[in-house]
Amino acid sequence: MTVELVNRILEGDVRTAARLMRGIEDGAADAFGEMADLYPHTGKAYIVGITGAPGGGKSTLVDTLITTFRQRDMTLGVVAIDPTSPFTGGAILGDRVRMQKHSTDSGVFIRSVATRGWLGGLARAAVSIIHIMDAMGKDIILVETVGIGQQEVDVTRLADTSIFVLTPGSGDAIQMMKAGILEVADIFVVNKADLEGASRSKMELQAMLGMKSGACEEWEPSVLLTEAVNNIGIEELVDEILKHQAFLVSGEGMEKRRKERARLELTEAIESSLKDYIDSNVDKAFLEKLVDDLVQRRTNPQAAASQIIGKSIKR
Amino acid sequence: MEHQTKLRVLVAKPGLDGHDRGVKIIARAFRDTGYEVIYTGVHQTPEQIVSAAIQEDVDLIGLSCLSGAHLFLFNEVVRQLIEQDAGDIIVIGGGIIPEEDITRLKGAGIKEIFLPGTSLDEILKWVEENVKPLSQRGGSK
Amino acid sequence: MKGTYEQPGQATGGKEESKRFSTVSDLEIKSLYTPEDIKDSDYEADIGHPGSYPFTRGCQPDMYRGRLWTFRMFSGFGSAEDTNKRYHKLLDEGETGLSVAFDFPTLMGYDSDSPRAHAEIGKCGVAIDTLFDYGVLFNKIPLDKVTTSQTINPPASITWAMHLALADKQGVPWDKIGGTIQNDMLKEFVAQKTFMLPLEPSIKIVSDTIEFGTQYVPRWNTVSISGYHIREAGSTAVQELAFTLADGIAYVQDVIERKKMDVDAFAPRLSFFFDSHIDFFEEIAKVRAARRIWARVMKERFKARDPRSWWMRFHSQTAGCSLTAQQPLNNIVRVAVQALAMTLGGTQSLHTDSFDETLALPSDQAVTVALRTQQIIADETGIINTIDPLAGSYFVEALTNEMEEKALEYIEKIDKMGGMLAAIEQGFPQMEISEAAYNYQKQVDRGDKVLVGVNKYISEEETPIETLKIDEKLEEKQIKCVQEVRRTRDNRTVARTLNELRQACKDDKNVMPYVIEAVRAYATEQEICDVYREVYGEYRDPGFY
Repeated sequence: MTVELVNRILEGDVRTAARLMRGIEDGAADAFGEMADLYPHTGKAYIVGITGAPGGGKSTLVDTLITTFRQRDMTLGVVAIDPTSPFTGGAILGDRVRMQKHSTDSGVFIRSVATRGWLGGLARAAVSIIHIMDAMGKDIILVETVGIGQQEVDVTRLADTSIFVLTPGSGDAIQMMKAGILEVADIFVVNKADLEGASRSKMELQAMLGMKSGACEEWEPSVLLTEAVNNIGIEELVDEILKHQAFLVSGEGMEKRRKERARLELTEAIESSLKDYIDSNVDKAFLEKLVDDLVQRRTNPQAAASQIIGKSIKR
Repeated sequence: MEHQTKLRVLVAKPGLDGHDRGVKIIARAFRDTGYEVIYTGVHQTPEQIVSAAIQEDVDLIGLSCLSGAHLFLFNEVVRQLIEQDAGDIIVIGGGIIPEEDITRLKGAGIKEIFLPGTSLDEILKWVEENVKPLSQRGGSK
Repeated sequence: MKGTYEQPGQATGGKEESKRFSTVSDLEIKSLYTPEDIKDSDYEADIGHPGSYPFTRGCQPDMYRGRLWTFRMFSGFGSAEDTNKRYHKLLDEGETGLSVAFDFPTLMGYDSDSPRAHAEIGKCGVAIDTLFDYGVLFNKIPLDKVTTSQTINPPASITWAMHLALADKQGVPWDKIGGTIQNDMLKEFVAQKTFMLPLEPSIKIVSDTIEFGTQYVPRWNTVSISGYHIREAGSTAVQELAFTLADGIAYVQDVIERKKMDVDAFAPRLSFFFDSHIDFFEEIAKVRAARRIWARVMKERFKARDPRSWWMRFHSQTAGCSLTAQQPLNNIVRVAVQALAMTLGGTQSLHTDSFDETLALPSDQAVTVALRTQQIIADETGIINTIDPLAGSYFVEALTNEMEEKALEYIEKIDKMGGMLAAIEQGFPQMEISEAAYNYQKQVDRGDKVLVGVNKYISEEETPIETLKIDEKLEEKQIKCVQEVRRTRDNRTVARTLNELRQACKDDKNVMPYVIEAVRAYATEQEICDVYREVYGEYRDPGFY
């Protein structure tokens, strides 16, 4: 059963892949087993993260990137992540509309993903969706997220190349510094470069990048100007992505990034397994008692956690 | 890890008419009900809609057409879904649609047609009662 | 009169019931308006006589005593032949201007034999592929005797070129023909979503037509700046007013900057088009405010000196979105009220919707009732006897002021965003409209806003209505027709004229002379649009919601 499913995904069957993605998102019991079988077939695709504040034209940029990569005969997966409304639990996933002309291109698989209240960044679903596209044989996987915050920093940890998109004079750069994105992005794009202040934004950004300590190996993050709507600067951006890829591959960068990603996946797996285990195995009454003890200050959180974890591990 | 099964819905405007008032209202109403809504914009071909619906693994496709081309466009969406082994995705439609066409559309596999003046509550209630996430319906995996 | 006028609720000190009274656009209305509400209005400066700045009371000093508004029924379906028959019937019934409705393939720049056109041909209007069809459409209609409005946008330069080429064939000089092309691309991006090219080339072609019309077709309105579709997309009355005027400002600005034309050279031919929704006084106040704002914008912002640049002339149409599919005969009453509002508001031209439009294309009977509605208002009600009878009403003037104020807030906001083009790129008007549409729908669902026959006074029994059906064989016939034209025309001339147009687009020349040559050579509409698409690229729905 699973072998058949894995084969179908390896052959690029869209329907099967899409349903497995859904199973992962919905937490279907068998989906995780299927993912396990698929895992050996992943790790081949090149992952590009694209993030930035709302209104920066990221989806349009992704749309033009798809076109350009396709012209260079590469296949793509696109994961477009949008926030779930905290009030209703619903979401309008509107990124796809800008890329819809690629809908019927069999070399492109676009998936819209809602965050569904993920805490602490990108959870298993996004990672798994990337893996599935990878197993389908997509050469490049573009992961688009919105916002300037911790979640976006996490995207950069999933990606081989991280692109940060901002618009001229938006003040995004300050936010980026606060969130630590300056430290982790590999390419900065000033989109809507036809607007006033584009070259000033570029200069400011370059100055800020000059200030930061040389943590990111020897790769010098570049700042590019684009006008996605007019398809200007996209070829250069693709060149830059591929240049970064070549840089990573030629040195130890790639190895380091993949290790980092594996570590992230492992950490997340440990955390969620532990949480799942505790949810289903630890006696609820015992948990409640600990909560009461905490309220009464008879114990402290660290000690209480040790009691649970100790109990679990011993078993 | 908390898991929730959420309905995923694609709303689309097939054909050449761009009147997207209704489709956007529906998109918002679905979102406010807690569904995940994929909006594909105006001027879509049936091919684009079907392909997006499969990639997004939606449970429901809502089509809106005010140009009178609904018979061809709606039926074509259903036909292509079946052709691509995705006939379990439910298709509903809305727009200016004469009574006699409703019978023909339903005959072709469109599950329900909503006419002007239908309240959002009516539509949401119908979806609630008639659409379950694919995974809970024991889909064609 | 002394002292201040108090609201009854306050005066009695008692509790007014908590029900909120508001317009269909959710603008709150007081129970009583008094001189206090218009104490800051100055008659000369803010209201003025009809025909005088700022034109609040109307464009003409004599208004409908001088000339009635034009009865202009938007009409078109099936083949050019079918529509021509309907035009002759309407003219015989006393219609005074024609208004062409095109089918969707024509509106979107596709020929009838394009795969995109399948199942859409002749459905929502008449299918026009070439000058041949256009000639059939106006068979035995002399273009110098009746003015024509073309409701078309991305390919407006092409259908207008057909009109000009047909005038030549009829031997009518261009300065003797009158009419309007809607040609308002900005509201397409904002509201109706019939778009083809990106923003910049779209507005460039609009400016080309304005320039060409000013030079060669002096009686033509080359753009009809439309609030109608904005309102139909679900905006409030204030949004309709504000976004329409912001579009107008953008066009004027573009022509001045791009074409280096003097504002008074072209501004007098700018025309407008508003929706007439069901909230009677709100609609009247809206168009009075529109005239006043436009007059001030033209005089103060653009420094126009010709009074004809200051005045706003507008066409209006009763609100399709206010009609119900339930109990369709009720629509006749809605249309009558809406038509009355526009005639009291001083419209220059009016289309009245047919009661069956929520079900299908209008039947002959329904169109006749709609036309008769205008004729009853004009000839029986006596409202034309005096000019702007509502001026000076505390409520009407106060509401006019309020709408002006609120619209100006929007316009200021749009100016700060960098003008209407920038605002559209950011999706600002689109999202404002979506929000308003959703709010209204929720109000209807809750019963806060009443729709008779839909959420109140619902009947189980529906009166059956005879509706118009489009012959399914039409598609085949129309495809044959365009293919026959392609076969019999001189294809070398077509290729040459299209090449010349392509070069003109690349060289940033005015496209009109080249489009006219291509049309004369029987190039199809899509062939010309394909040149545009090739040179300028295509706009795709960014899906702002």
